[in-house]
Amino acid sequence: MRPVYMISGGVSKFTKARHDKTFQGMVKEAFDYTLKDLDLEFGKAFEIIDGSVASYFSDHFQRQLMSGIMVQDYLGLCPKPSHRVEGGGATGGLCFQEAWKSIASGNMDVCIAYGFETMSHVNTWKGNEFIALASDVSFDYPVGGFYTGYYAMMVIRHMYEFGTTVEQMAKVSVKNHTNAFYNPYAQKKIRPTVEDVRKAPMVAYPLTRLDICVMSDGAAAVMLASEEGVRKIKKATKKKLNLVKVTGIGRGTDAMRMADRPRKNVILLPHESADDYKNLKYPGIHSFRAGRVASKLAYEKAGILNPGKELDFVELHDAYSSSEIQTYEDMGLCKYGEGGKFVEEGYPFMPGIDYGLTLPKQGKIPVNPSGGLLACGHPVGATGLMQAVFALWQLQGTIKKHFGNNTLQLKDPKRGAIHSHAGTGTYVTVSILEKEK
Amino acid sequence: MADKEKANIPETDEGTIVFNVPFPDDLSGLKKMTPIIIKQPYQIDYIHSYGQDSPFFAGLANKKILGTKCTRCGYSYATPKLHCMECGSECDWIELPQQGRVHTWTTCYFGSEEFLKETPFNLILVEFEGIDTLLLSRLVGVSQDEISIGMKVSAKFKRNSKFKPTDVYFVSSPDKEEKA
Repeated sequence: MRPVYMISGGVSKFTKARHDKTFQGMVKEAFDYTLKDLDLEFGKAFEIIDGSVASYFSDHFQRQLMSGIMVQDYLGLCPKPSHRVEGGGATGGLCFQEAWKSIASGNMDVCIAYGFETMSHVNTWKGNEFIALASDVSFDYPVGGFYTGYYAMMVIRHMYEFGTTVEQMAKVSVKNHTNAFYNPYAQKKIRPTVEDVRKAPMVAYPLTRLDICVMSDGAAAVMLASEEGVRKIKKATKKKLNLVKVTGIGRGTDAMRMADRPRKNVILLPHESADDYKNLKYPGIHSFRAGRVASKLAYEKAGILNPGKELDFVELHDAYSSSEIQTYEDMGLCKYGEGGKFVEEGYPFMPGIDYGLTLPKQGKIPVNPSGGLLACGHPVGATGLMQAVFALWQLQGTIKKHFGNNTLQLKDPKRGAIHSHAGTGTYVTVSILEKEK
Repeated sequence: MADKEKANIPETDEGTIVFNVPFPDDLSGLKKMTPIIIKQPYQIDYIHSYGQDSPFFAGLANKKILGTKCTRCGYSYATPKLHCMECGSECDWIELPQQGRVHTWTTCYFGSEEFLKETPFNLILVEFEGIDTLLLSRLVGVSQDEISIGMKVSAKFKRNSKFKPTDVYFVSSPDKEEKA
């Protein structure tokens, strides 16, 4: 495998509805930003780019098959190689890793990963129906197919096993919304309190409207390159590049039907021991085995032994405040069962921001500094790539340049992780990004 | 030569009709135009086969809940799988008990469009004694504050089978011995 570098990225402003642009036009915005950030004009970019990978989740939202090629031609990238990737909510993360593979394998030197979703083409409840079609249509969907309902059942069991509370979940929502307040790309601009979260309309108990991400229209793009690709880009732009290296990728899976998930022993990370989980049946439906396996594989490749101590920040897939807590545990930021306490004590909050909460351990390992899906929005195919772009800017130290303010810039972060997650934890990807010295 | 006057597609009344679409004199003004948004209906009847899972639905029509059990390792499934996820071997059909316990639950106050009119409704995953996996179902007749993990539930069946997993649903079945 060859080393793979993240060079540049772009994100369209995520919003409820982009009626002013088609999906091609939205991706074009993100793609153009990716080039503009390098001062790379299109003609030179076309010479350098070897191919692309397209990321979008649902054909239903637009009633359009083969949307990927329509983006490829709109961007002017035909006749270069491309293919579409789909894996539910993890589509963006999978796309990022497919582009990584294209480079690592030696198949390409410069690859563009682009993704989008246009969820505004149907009303919210029809959108929920489409998303619920990503559950078994023989056994699960007809019973009352609704993803918030599925995640609600998972966290009810998490609360039962570990004593996790709705207030702890609300604190995740407070954190991510507050962070996103300083992110101009975010869809939502609110600063809710724990009380606001709990008083919001109940969607599926215990998840309220503020525990859940929103439907969104948006696009994102990322440029990845090999050492040879980096040399070509440097030559074309005559610029010193602010490089981030992708030092590890990992993926995991689990059964589509939650009902089928096993109850066995925890898959351990190096800093854990079997004694930590003597009476825990795993993953059951309270934890995401795919997230644990993805993390384990990515950490092994990147040489991470204790993620809580060796990562400077994480952008993870918080489609629900509950799944952020569950994911702290899968990723080994804390032990299984400690996710609620982890957020309560302040570990995943940003340093230096006033959340109106008492947080003795504030900022130990910031999670979702960008605001995550809860506040940025979740235009599915763009989401995993959005995380990659925000993580890139974080590691480059260019948050101020791109956000127009410095609030969300961590001080000299060296290593971060991005985590993308599909329906009830069926596909999960984790990628490790490191600032190149 | 064909009569040009007669060669036209007849005008019809269905679909979107706008009688006057604004248009600028100068084409450079078009980039400022607000988007045209139309409604596109889409409806389809799928010919959905339950394939190897079909006996489950025949079971419901006969007031039986069928699961499967691996012929090799004995792993048992409350939602049928005809091949074992544990060892890859073939499974046989077994009849499940009609009583179980709530493994987890939620009450949905919103839902997908198809189920909006049924809200609020309760979803549960049912665990059956001695069976390794669970079954997703509805819990009927109780409100959110009456549901808890571990509560006993028993199956009821629709008289007119629709050949859907909702042909079976569960109701609270209080443990009389515990109450006495």
